[in-house]
Amino acid sequence: MATSRLVAPELASIKVQGLTREAFLMRSTLAAGAAYGAMSATGLISSALADAGGGDVDILNYALTLEFLETEFYTRAAKQVKGLSKYESDLTKELRDNEGAHVDALTATIKQLGGKPAAKPMFQFGGAFASRTAYLKTANVLEDTGVSAYNGAAPMIKSVDVLAAAGSIVQVEARHAAMIRLVRDRPPAPRSFDAASEMDEILKAVKPFIKG
Amino acid sequence: MTDSALREIADDPSSRKRFFKMLGGAGAVSAATVFLAACGDDDEAAAPPAASEVKDNNNSDLKVLNYALTLEFLEADFYKQVIASGLVKDAKVASLAKKFGQTEQEHVEALSATIKKLGGKPVDAPKTKFQPTLDKGLKAVLETAATVENLGAAAYLGQAGNIKSKEVLAAALAIHSVEARHAAALNILVGRGFGDGKGGLEGALPDGAFAKPMSEAAVLKAVKPFLA
Repeated sequence: MATSRLVAPELASIKVQGLTREAFLMRSTLAAGAAYGAMSATGLISSALADAGGGDVDILNYALTLEFLETEFYTRAAKQVKGLSKYESDLTKELRDNEGAHVDALTATIKQLGGKPAAKPMFQFGGAFASRTAYLKTANVLEDTGVSAYNGAAPMIKSVDVLAAAGSIVQVEARHAAMIRLVRDRPPAPRSFDAASEMDEILKAVKPFIKG
Repeated sequence: MTDSALREIADDPSSRKRFFKMLGGAGAVSAATVFLAACGDDDEAAAPPAASEVKDNNNSDLKVLNYALTLEFLEADFYKQVIASGLVKDAKVASLAKKFGQTEQEHVEALSATIKKLGGKPVDAPKTKFQPTLDKGLKAVLETAATVENLGAAAYLGQAGNIKSKEVLAAALAIHSVEARHAAALNILVGRGFGDGKGGLEGALPDGAFAKPMSEAAVLKAVKPFLA
């Protein structure tokens, strides 16, 4: 990845839906505080606002957290869920491996940008692995959430290279969502235009999966 | 693996600009409304660019939008012809084809509206040539649909870097992931599985964990057999 392109100067203030970039980051980090606890939010805010170049790392760490969640989810599912067909079991392992590759890629990118990759949170999935039905339903929610998270966060990315990576990953998340939906006998592409969600909506949605 | 995969993405000339967020996720909002809203208010906080630059960027986006529109016309027409052919007997597959066809038609309408909004002229629908594919029967038809959807997803990913307006980009992104959903579903339905992960247009995950973009030239070459 060409470092010189990563540090290209960008507009100081980008307005999205009436929010400046700084306000978006502040709002999102406050929401992160709600999800992870006040102490970590304080750290997040200071790093988000430390300099103009901090935003991409924060967004990448947000994506990393979601990919950690998905990886852990499929890793446990592959071991615990009973009654999956051969295809469903293969799909679970494929998704686990894809999400794991996303974790590795995001971690490497954060380091390349001089950032510190977020620590893997402790996850809890309640009864999600108790049955095939429960597992697939949760997987469906997680994958659709992943798509809307990337579609929503991508606009805030400053680096063209980071954006390229995000575009590449979101396409794969959308493919996952369709495959899981197909297994559940649900429409694989329910909307003509996929949703884009704000960071705080997503963090609220995944909060039940994060311990403490 | 990770580093090289990312480097491939980074080195690809396709993703040069920001994706910008389109409005909310409200499912109730109609396609055209979403697009028109997304293409409405410009970024007031940014320094106003020179008038000539605005015009160049606008013209450049219109080219991309008309290219996307051509592909959507092609897809929408294909599904229409498939449904009209009566080849699809299975109710589940028929309902999927119908839904996908409707979605492509909505993309056509949204892109046309956006082009007009930007002061451009939507291209005419291309004359298509799907009869030879239809003559080959259901299997060939569904395989073609699966391939064309993979092509569509790669085409949108390949244009991200060429779009200047953040609003147009946001809209393209919202379509991009829908094409990806179509592609994955159809490739599974036709029994291609995940694919080998090494590229190409076959499989639900043809590039593995990181999707690859396609250039306009490569896409147009691939769809040439379907143009009359």
